Amino acid sequence: MANGTTTYEQQKADVTLVPLVANGRSAQWITQNVSSIVEDRTPGWWWVALSITAPIALFGLFCIAYQISTGVGVWGENHPVGWAWDITNFVFWIGIGHAGTLISAILFLTRQRWRTSINRSAEAMTLIAVVCAGIFPGIHVGRVWMAWFLAPVPVSYAIWPNFRSPLLWDVFAVSTYFSVSVLFWYTGLVPDLATLRDRAKSKVARFLYGIFALGWRGANRHWRHYEMAYLILAGVSTPLVLSVHSVVSFDFATSVIPGWHTAIFPPYFVAGAIFGGFAMVLTILLPARLLYPQLKDLITPQHIDKMCKIILLTGSMVGYAYMMEFVMAAYSTNKFEVWLFLRSRVADPLICEKLLHIPRAPYWWAYWSMLTCNVFIPQFFWWKSNRRNLIVVFIIAQFVNCGMWFERFVIIVTSIHRDFLPSSWGMFHPTWVEIGTFVGTFGIFLSLFLLFMRFLPMIAMSEVKIVLPEADPHHHSHALSDSTTGHAGAGEEVHHS
Amino acid sequence: MIEHKKVYGIGAEFPNAGELMRAAEKVRDAGFKRWDVHSPYPIHGMDKAMGLGKSWLSAVAFLGGLTGLSVAAFLEFFPSLAIYPMDVHGKPISFMTVPAFFPIMFEWTVLFSACFVVNGLLLFTQLPKWYHPLFNWERFSRASDNGFFLVIEARDPKFSESKTRQFLDEIGAAHITLVHD
Repeated sequence: MANGTTTYEQQKADVTLVPLVANGRSAQWITQNVSSIVEDRTPGWWWVALSITAPIALFGLFCIAYQISTGVGVWGENHPVGWAWDITNFVFWIGIGHAGTLISAILFLTRQRWRTSINRSAEAMTLIAVVCAGIFPGIHVGRVWMAWFLAPVPVSYAIWPNFRSPLLWDVFAVSTYFSVSVLFWYTGLVPDLATLRDRAKSKVARFLYGIFALGWRGANRHWRHYEMAYLILAGVSTPLVLSVHSVVSFDFATSVIPGWHTAIFPPYFVAGAIFGGFAMVLTILLPARLLYPQLKDLITPQHIDKMCKIILLTGSMVGYAYMMEFVMAAYSTNKFEVWLFLRSRVADPLICEKLLHIPRAPYWWAYWSMLTCNVFIPQFFWWKSNRRNLIVVFIIAQFVNCGMWFERFVIIVTSIHRDFLPSSWGMFHPTWVEIGTFVGTFGIFLSLFLLFMRFLPMIAMSEVKIVLPEADPHHHSHALSDSTTGHAGAGEEVHHS
Repeated sequence: MIEHKKVYGIGAEFPNAGELMRAAEKVRDAGFKRWDVHSPYPIHGMDKAMGLGKSWLSAVAFLGGLTGLSVAAFLEFFPSLAIYPMDVHGKPISFMTVPAFFPIMFEWTVLFSACFVVNGLLLFTQLPKWYHPLFNWERFSRASDNGFFLVIEARDPKFSESKTRQFLDEIGAAHITLVHD
């Protein structure tokens, strides 16, 4: 564990530039220690973990099969709450996917070189999260065999998708996001697959890694195009990642439902997605770092510190958006909007009910859970001792994960559970099928991530090597004798970066 | 290796990125044309050292973006305005509703440029290619680990087995090896 107390040396090391790879590790060390995760015998804990997550995933698949074979009525959705856990879970998972592309694209364009140690696993997490997300809109339509109606294909009965509908934009946005993320991730993987191919001992491994490495041989005439391709993919992914959650928010924002019909939704959703995504990155990387101690030199306290700062920033942006919704409700003097915020979301049993005599909101607990998890708790990250304490970081990340789920639940369910007419008010109660489906997606997510860890390099080796001081072609000319000192040596590395 | 007859080229190893770059500058100045350097990661400044210009993959990406934009525009406008105009809830269906078509046009611009750029990368680098003479060279497997290699092909007009070997020796190469096809 990183210690809570900071010594004078540590503070001094932090104000000077700390190397991104700790303990002066070499390129060969990186190759050896990252590849060994894939090459060594499968560790016992991996089987234990998979034997827990795989049955959960299978139960989720069973729930999906039961829902498809029986009908969407096995879920708790009914009038007036027609969207509930399905879309909550969809937005939750797709939001988690945003951190990967943010790390791989936006931090690449802004030259944040610390991204290299975490981008591979974050991108893998993105892809898996989008897979989990895609399940829900797919099955919530009820008759899934009609899902092809969403595709613009000419049909004999002249029904064409309505391109003016945000729901169709969503289909295009999410499918584009998934496709481009796969391309980006795979392009980044090719040099590392070549490493695994060159190191492979067994024929099968050499054949399989060889196929997917495409015959990559690290030629500079290739690197030149490769770097351009990577830059362009980062360039097109940057507006893409901002657009995807904006389009998801349009599903709500273009409607006329109080609580949904809000212009602040796109930036608010994007900030929330990055917020939740980084929490999930930490949720996965902190245990991975414990299980594979060699990763501690690549994913250093500095990396975790930076991710915590992004969580703090985006969490505060989300908090600002929550407040701005109140301001807009009050400023608009739209009585439905005011009613929704005050009486359906905020009114708590203590202050509002006891003191102000405003009846409590049916979903007050969801709203206050969201506010606590997303706005209040991340404020602990203002203190460096908290950002450096991995247990605290992990616990706060779990609060953020919960809070972001509650945020989507609050937005979706509280906005529609009380219709314009009090006669059509109603509460939403989930059934075991939708709870099972949601829990099942966690099983799918974790199982796929375990498989990823086992079979693919979870650190982008060729990219991490670039941030080593030795990768600088001018390094050896004036630091020949210093390069092997072995310790972190913050001072001497400054001029290389 | 004995049974191979045809010579692919001469490979040489350098201790680090800086040495490789200085060697590349010398090979460039000596006027070789068909040669390459191999490293586990892209080396900053190597394109200049090899005398290579900008990668025009960017043009492919632009073309892809343009294609995606026009395909999406056609896909949306032609049916929605001409052949299958759809009246939903009595909302307007005129050309004035064009902003509603922008998200999909944007998404396909991104999708097509990404697909074009990845396919362009494969085309420009002539990958996938699962066999290459360099893989016959034992030491070359370190090119994806921490090895820095320079290879001059036999097809180069200035190539000569003895002179090129001597030249590489002069510029400080180690493990100079004849690579067979």
